[in-house]
Amino acid sequence: MSDLSQNSSSRGAVNSGSMPSMRALLTLLAVLLLAAVPFIVPSMQLLINLALAKGLAVLGVTVLLRAGQVSFGHALFFGISAYAGAFLTASLPGADIILVLIAGVLGAAISGLLVGLFVVRYRGIFFGMLNLAFSMIFWSILEKFYHITGGADGIRLTRPSVLGMALERDSFEAVVFYLSVVLMVGLGWFTLRWFASPVGQIFQTIKTNETRLEYLGLSPKRALLSGYLLSAMLCGVGGSLMAMTQGVVTPEYVWWVRSAEMVFIAVLGGAGSVRGAFIGALIYEIVRVYASAFAGDIWQLLLGSFLLVIILFAPGGIMGIVDGLMGRVSRKQHATAPEDAR
Amino acid sequence: MTALKKPDTARPPLLETRDLLIKFGGVTAANNVTMQIEAGKNLAIIGPNGAGKTTFLNICTGWLKPHKGKVFLEGKDITPLPPRKIVRRGVARAFQIPQLFTEHTALENLLISAAAREGLRNPLQNLHTISQRDEMMHLLDLVHCTDVADRVVVELSEGQRKLIDIAVALALKPRLLLMDEPTSGVASSQKHEVMEILVGALSEAGVTSVFVEHDMGIVERHADEVAVWNAGNVQLRGTPREILEHPDVIRDVIGEEVA
Ligand SMILES: Nc1ncnc2c1ncn2[C@@H]1O[C@H](COP(=O)(O)OP(=O)(O)O)[C@@H](O)[C@H]1O
Ligand SMILES: [Mg+2]
Repeated sequence: MSDLSQNSSSRGAVNSGSMPSMRALLTLLAVLLLAAVPFIVPSMQLLINLALAKGLAVLGVTVLLRAGQVSFGHALFFGISAYAGAFLTASLPGADIILVLIAGVLGAAISGLLVGLFVVRYRGIFFGMLNLAFSMIFWSILEKFYHITGGADGIRLTRPSVLGMALERDSFEAVVFYLSVVLMVGLGWFTLRWFASPVGQIFQTIKTNETRLEYLGLSPKRALLSGYLLSAMLCGVGGSLMAMTQGVVTPEYVWWVRSAEMVFIAVLGGAGSVRGAFIGALIYEIVRVYASAFAGDIWQLLLGSFLLVIILFAPGGIMGIVDGLMGRVSRKQHATAPEDAR
Repeated sequence: MTALKKPDTARPPLLETRDLLIKFGGVTAANNVTMQIEAGKNLAIIGPNGAGKTTFLNICTGWLKPHKGKVFLEGKDITPLPPRKIVRRGVARAFQIPQLFTEHTALENLLISAAAREGLRNPLQNLHTISQRDEMMHLLDLVHCTDVADRVVVELSEGQRKLIDIAVALALKPRLLLMDEPTSGVASSQKHEVMEILVGALSEAGVTSVFVEHDMGIVERHADEVAVWNAGNVQLRGTPREILEHPDVIRDVIGEEVA
């Protein structure tokens, strides 16, 4: 299990070496480019929006990878948040978009705490599979209690209001799009800071030495729970945005394939990398949609081969490749920075 | 060194064990161990491999639960507590095999220890900017590891890791420090100097220490008292001079060291 996270170095986050300015510049450019999508290629706005929502959920999975843990059930929090939003708009038509988001994240946080309290006692394969088990149970509840949940057809998430205004579809989509961009930047920034903070660093020591952690007077379970909560809430944000973008919530939101997809994208982007979560999600969605326009199932072939190549030749994922390239450039600039090449 | 104070009989000893018993299959690793560790002293534990020295430290810190017997810290029963709760009461430990965060640097290991001690919670503060950084650099200096402060632990030598493990324990500012063979793996040229500084720092900070040691030179120089372990129990206890000149010790323990 820990193989998947072998490259999620806890190092990079604390000491960003000599690359921060170049990194920050590239990040800024990428964000500006994303923000311009509705103007440059409006046909891609919806696709990018879905990718950003997924990217936030992938970020949640990424957090856990930093502690060397893989969850195969994090779609649970994605789905719970989406359903919480749908139930809210059903009982309170025209509820504010922020309220829907808060309800979703709250739902994800509460379920994250409950599931977390149980799963943090396990590691590795048991941790991964227990998460899967919880998501499967929730999936079957959604399917069975169709009079409440709408069963396999799901339920509609009627369009929330924005600052008291009922918006037309186009305007609302623009609002959700920019909300997604803002949340990507804000939560991505927060997660990076959290990784480098004492609490985040303590969380990441789960990967290397729980004995020492205990002998520092800390509870490894509680340390893991802190990151688990963060990861569940990030998945919740993603699920809520996805639900508002699509306007309908189905059990497919918590289906195990979606959980696996999150892990897939996290590894693709660079296991443990915050930027990688979003880059991975964007590439994944774009390849998926455009390749399937060409031929039926070719996107699975493409992405599968791509992942194979990544794992075999670039286990640091896409961000690993980017860092490698940037490292080469910066090494040419200052020959005396051996630490940064790592 | 410091003049030994007479133990204050009104106060319970810093650490006390009564009749500790633990068996692993057929091996009795702790066989009714009754020990008293007085505050302010450096106690050395010597004895052959497999005598139960590490097991004793494991029980004292709650890692292993004895089948019988109890552990008291200043008179309070701590037997049922998990290690982290005992640590928070002021008992720190350095291990026979260093227990470090191997993907972190030496300095980060200490910073995390300081963060744990202080209960730092701010999610937006960088670990490297915490106010205890200078204090941690000083600790690294104490164990002669300043030059590897920014090296990732996996890259370090066994001896360096042992010393950093001790520094990590010290970073908790314990009242009692337990060290399991602190100088094994440390280059013999460095051993005495490091021990000298370490013991000096401990007495300055008023930290009581217990250290398992195989090097009789170090025991003689740095221990105020010595306990000889054999077959899961304390066989003898006395001043370094009494113990190192004792015929049984010369035959059973020192003889083995030379061999
Ligand atoms: N967790 C354990 N499980 C099984 N046997 C153990 C365990 N810990 C120690 N032992 C056994 O107990 C005996 C004492 O071990 P130990 O305390 O490590 O000795 P020392 O530290 O004096 O060399 C040895 O025979 C060892 O094999
Ligand atoms: Mg031992």
